[in-house]
Amino acid sequence: METPLTRNILPGREPPTRRAYERSGGYTALRQALRMTPQEVQKRVKDSGLRGRGGAGFITGLKWTFVPMGDDAPRPKYLVANADEMEPGSFKDRLLLEGDPHQLLEGMIIAAYAIQADMAFIFLRWAYRRAARHLEQAIAEACEGGYLGSDILGSGYGLDLHLHVSAGRYMCGEETALLNALEGRRANPRSKPPFPPVSGLFGKPTTVNNVETLCNVPHIVANGPDWFKGLGRGSDGGTKLYGVSGKVKRPGLWELPMGTPARELLEEHAGGMRDGVRFRGLLPGGASTDFLVAEHLDVPMDFDSVQKAGSRLGTGTMIVLDDQTCPVGMLRNLEHFFAQESCGWCTPCWSGLAWVERMLADLEEGRARPEDLEQLEAHTRLLGPGHTFCALAPGAMEPLQSGLKYFRGDFEEHLRAGGCPWK
Amino acid sequence: MLSAAEQRDIEEVLPQLPERRAACIDALQVVQRHRGWVSDEGLADAAAFLGISVEEMEGVATFYNGIFRKPVGRHVIRVCDSVSCWIMGCDRLKEALQARLGVAAGASTADGRFTLLPNVCLGHCDHGPALMVDDDLFGDVEPQALDGILDGYR
Ligand SMILES: Cc1cc2nc3c(=O)[nH]c(=O)nc-3n(C[C@H](O)[C@H](O)[C@H](O)COP(=O)(O)O)c2cc1C
Ligand code: SF4
Repeated sequence: METPLTRNILPGREPPTRRAYERSGGYTALRQALRMTPQEVQKRVKDSGLRGRGGAGFITGLKWTFVPMGDDAPRPKYLVANADEMEPGSFKDRLLLEGDPHQLLEGMIIAAYAIQADMAFIFLRWAYRRAARHLEQAIAEACEGGYLGSDILGSGYGLDLHLHVSAGRYMCGEETALLNALEGRRANPRSKPPFPPVSGLFGKPTTVNNVETLCNVPHIVANGPDWFKGLGRGSDGGTKLYGVSGKVKRPGLWELPMGTPARELLEEHAGGMRDGVRFRGLLPGGASTDFLVAEHLDVPMDFDSVQKAGSRLGTGTMIVLDDQTCPVGMLRNLEHFFAQESCGWCTPCWSGLAWVERMLADLEEGRARPEDLEQLEAHTRLLGPGHTFCALAPGAMEPLQSGLKYFRGDFEEHLRAGGCPWK
Repeated sequence: MLSAAEQRDIEEVLPQLPERRAACIDALQVVQRHRGWVSDEGLADAAAFLGISVEEMEGVATFYNGIFRKPVGRHVIRVCDSVSCWIMGCDRLKEALQARLGVAAGASTADGRFTLLPNVCLGHCDHGPALMVDDDLFGDVEPQALDGILDGYR
C-alpha cells in the first residue's frame, strides 16, 4: 500500500531537512512542473480528481481554473495554505506540518506556479508551536536551495512565501474570514460572490487550499492522474489521512486509501473499543459533521459515500461516541464550542447557538421542559444552510440534528430523569 | 510608545506584507511577547505604530483567544475542553488543576506563577486529555501526572 503523504514522516523523529527531502526525491516534482505550462499543471491536478481536504471536498484543479490568468490578470495574485485546523477532533494537518514541512512547501510552490501567484502565505494556528519552528526552518532552507525567491531554479518564475501565525479563533479557518485576518482586519467572513479566486486578499485573485490538499500536489505532478485515482478504493482517488479519537484502544492517525470503510478504521487501525465500553456512534470528520451509527459502519469513508449516508467526510478525523458517554453531554460540549466561536456577525447564529447551548445545559441539569426538544429541532432548521452568513452555524447543527434523530431516547430519558442519568 | 525592540520586531515582518495594517496581529503578538499581555496602552502604541485606529485594533485584539487583554501569570496552562478531550475526561483534569492551583479556570495564582485557561481543541485529539503549558504540549494527562509536569515551570 502506498503512503505518499507520510512516507517521510517517522513518529518522534525530526522532519527531513532540505537535503534529506531532496534525497528522497523531493523537489523533483517542482522541477517537472516548471517545465510545464501553468495550464498544464492545472489540468494534471484537475484530471486527478483531487478534492479539497479542508472539509468541503471541492475539486482542487477546478478551483484553480477560476483564477484569472494571462498578462492582463490583476496582480499580485496570492496562494494561501490553510493551516488553521481548529475544528475540534481534527489533528491531521498537524502531522504534515510537523513531520514533512518541505512537502507542503513544494506543493504550495507548484500550486502557486499553476495559478501564477506572486506571493504565498501559510496561515498557521497559534497553538502549533512545533509546526511553526519546523516551517520557519524549512522556508529558510527552501530559499537557500533556490526553490523560493525571484527566479526559482532559473525558470524565470518568482514567489515569496511567508508564515503567518494566527492568534487563535476557529472562525479564521473559513476562507474569507481568513483573508480578512491576513489583511489585519476583524476576521468576519465576507459575502460571496465575489469568490476569492477572483477577488480575495487585498481584492486580488487568491486561492485558499488546505494543507493536506496541497501536500498531494507534488505526488500528482510526479506520478500522474491515473496513479492518483488508482490509490483510492472507489471512484474517489488518492489516500486520506484518517484519524480516530475517543474511547478506542489505539487512537491515532493513518494514511490509508480514500474510501476505507469506517469499520476497518475503528477495528483494525484503532484496535476496536476499549474494554468495557461499546460503540454507539461517530462523527466522521470533526465537530461539524452529522453522526453516523452502527448501521453505517461499512460506509466507505469518501466524500460521496459519506454524504449518501447523511453526513460529511469533513476532515476525515472521526470522533467516537461510546455507551458510557452521554450523547446529550457531548452535544452540549460541541454547541458550547460553536456558540463561543461564533463571530457574532449574524443574529440567527450568535443568538441561536447561545439558546441551543442553554437548552442542552437545561436538559443536563434538570431544568428542561418537554417542548425544548421541539425547540432544539426547530433550531436545526433555523440555523441550517441558507439562513446564516457562513457555514459555521449550519455546521454546528449537523451533529445536533443527527443526534436528535439517533439518540432521541437519551434526550427523553434526560427529561424523565430530571437531568443527566450518566452523572 | 513602543520600545525600540518592539519596533524592530514588528519592522521585521513589514517587508513581507503588502500593507502596513496587515501586521496587526503580528504587532499584538510582539507587544504580548515583550510585556506579557496587551494593556490598553500597549494596544494604543501598536495601533499608532501601524497607523490604524485604536477601535479597529481593539476589534481585532478581542477576537482572538491568544491575545491577553488582562495580565497573566509567568506560565499559562491551557486545558483543552473540546469534544475529544471531553470524552476522555478533561473535566476531571480541569478540576484537578483548579484544586492543585487553588484558582478557578480563567484566573491566576496569587504568586503570579500560573494562569489557568480552558482552551479550544489543541489538535492532540488522539492523546486526550491534552494541555499546553506555555509552548509545550502534553497528552494523555492523568491528574496524578500534573505535579511532574508543573514542577518544570517555576
Ligand atoms: C467555520 C469554518 C472553519 C473552517 N476551518 C478550516 C480549517 O481550519 N482548515 C481548512 O483547511 N479549511 C477550513 N474551512 C474550510 C475553508 O473555508 C475552505 O473551504 C478550505 O480551506 C478550502 O481548501 P480545500 O479546497 O483545499 O479543502 C473552514 C470552514 C468554515 C466554515
Ligand atoms: S454564521 Fe455565525 S460565524 Fe458565520 S458569519 Fe454568521 S455569526 Fe459569524
